[in-house]
Amino acid sequence: MRNLFLRRWALFAALVAAWEVAARLADNPFFPPPSEIAGTASGLWLSGPVDRLFLSDAVFSDVLPSVGRLLLGWGLAAVLGVALGVAIGRSPVARHYLGPLLTFARAVPPPALVPVFLVLFRVGTPMQLATITLGVLWPILLNSADGARSIDATKTDTAVVFRIPRAQWILGVVLPGALPKIFAGLRVSLSLSLVLMVVSELVGSTNGIGFKLLVAQREFDFPQLWAGIALLGVLGYLLNTALLTVERRMLAWQPRQEFVVKPTTAGD
Amino acid sequence: MPTMLEVTDLGHSYRAKDGVHEAIGGVSFTVDAGELVCVVGPSGCGKSTLLRSIAGLISPTRGSTTLHGSPVQGVPDDLAVVFQDYSRSLFPWLTVQRNVEFPLRRSLGRAERQARAAEALDWVGLSGVGGKYTWQLSGGMQQRVAIARALAYRPALLLMDEPFASVDAQTRFELEDLLLRVTREHASTVLVVTHDIDESVYLGDRILVLSGAPSKVVADLTVDLPRERDQITTRESEAFVTLRSETARLLHGGRPRSTKPVTSANQAEDGQTVASRWADAERAETGRRATTT
Ligand SMILES: Nc1ncnc2c1ncn2[C@@H]1O[C@H](COP(=O)(O)OP(=O)(O)OP(=O)(O)O)[C@@H](O)[C@H]1O
Ligand SMILES: [Mg+2]
Repeated sequence: MRNLFLRRWALFAALVAAWEVAARLADNPFFPPPSEIAGTASGLWLSGPVDRLFLSDAVFSDVLPSVGRLLLGWGLAAVLGVALGVAIGRSPVARHYLGPLLTFARAVPPPALVPVFLVLFRVGTPMQLATITLGVLWPILLNSADGARSIDATKTDTAVVFRIPRAQWILGVVLPGALPKIFAGLRVSLSLSLVLMVVSELVGSTNGIGFKLLVAQREFDFPQLWAGIALLGVLGYLLNTALLTVERRMLAWQPRQEFVVKPTTAGD
Repeated sequence: MPTMLEVTDLGHSYRAKDGVHEAIGGVSFTVDAGELVCVVGPSGCGKSTLLRSIAGLISPTRGSTTLHGSPVQGVPDDLAVVFQDYSRSLFPWLTVQRNVEFPLRRSLGRAERQARAAEALDWVGLSGVGGKYTWQLSGGMQQRVAIARALAYRPALLLMDEPFASVDAQTRFELEDLLLRVTREHASTVLVVTHDIDESVYLGDRILVLSGAPSKVVADLTVDLPRERDQITTRESEAFVTLRSETARLLHGGRPRSTKPVTSANQAEDGQTVASRWADAERAETGRRATTT
């Protein structure tokens, strides 16, 4: 286990080292070596005073707002998606009428909505929240609906026979039964949230990681551009790890705990 | 003994593609309090349909059911069911103890329902495993959890639909004895649907033999065996063997020897014509059973 962990990170380190060597040999301003990117990154974000844990102003003006919008947008989508999904999943009538609509909504590429929200909300946080929430809602909603629908008939019969009250039925049977699927949707959506956060900041923002990427690009500040990209990678990794930890705890009851990071596509 | 369950002319037809399929053709019987009654019948004759009608899971197309004197509409308040599919009827996200507590949440406080669940688990010999998840148990143990859950609910009537059909023969014997012991200790009223003629004789105080669909009661046999039963000696006893042959004969369309008359002559006739159609299927079925027991 430990060995496996070490080996995985050893490969990662080796690849970074190879990149370092290649970048130094090529000496191309577009491709700065990782050491230079790391230096730029720490200068940008970790040069603050001690009492702020070394976090610089840029963290508060750009990184945290980005992360905040991502989490808020994704959180809203999670609440809406699970509530609507479970309701739709348990109602054959709703599935019948909303099925085609949902399939359509899910098929629209989320970034395509950015221009629409730009017109509706103009540049700023509401537009970004709308983009993230409505963009990542579908995987959560469809997975929740699927999970809620697939509660087997014996469990339904059991609940009916024991006259389980409605609230207990939803919270004690439907939600836990659908939880594995719900988490699959949440994971897909979290990655998608990061994408939409960047996209929305590239076109409609005055701060944030995506906005700074654009600035760095315009100013030909390539180390800063790469530092931003690396930061997004780290952010995605941390968010996914955090969600996986929560998932592992909440699904601890499952027979086999093989939590491979497999992006279950929505609705299958 | 007072009557616990009274089923009067219960019938059910399913809507099929080509019209209707009459599964139950009008069944009447009673179950006294404290009795264990087995229902046997050819495969597909509507045993599960009958049980689901009594449980209120489906509403029968005709007839009525009375549970301790009050007519049943919808799902009765104090009735429990043990399904054949033990692994699916339990909730894998709850521990054994919490599975047993789950139906009690509606009516009991925390301490009381914990005590009741622990007590019921003790009855079925599972006091040690309350903290485990159900998938960590064997099939037989899972079915014991389902039985404990039903008993903890203190139902006026316990319904079981082929409760031991999915466990191996050895476990089935153990579960049969467990069911007899626990239900006698608590004077439970039980209706067991089974495929297995031997099981019906071994478990039952009475046996209801149904005809093929649309099913009717062909015979209502009283099991004249001592209440204390033993997997070896009871099954060897002459009375057991006689009853078993009698049940098998009736299932295959024979006329009742009629110490206890069937409710109407008409039913017996019907039973015979219909049952002869089922004879072949059932013979194949009992042949398969014989190899497993
Ligand atoms: N939901 C349903 N819709 C339509 N027909 C059904 C339905 N459930 C059962 N039937 C039919 O009704 C008849 C009786 O079914 P039922 O399951 O009650 O029989 P059973 O005696 O329990 O059979 P088995 O011994 O195989 O368990 C069968 O012919 C079956 O095909
Ligand atoms: Mg059945």
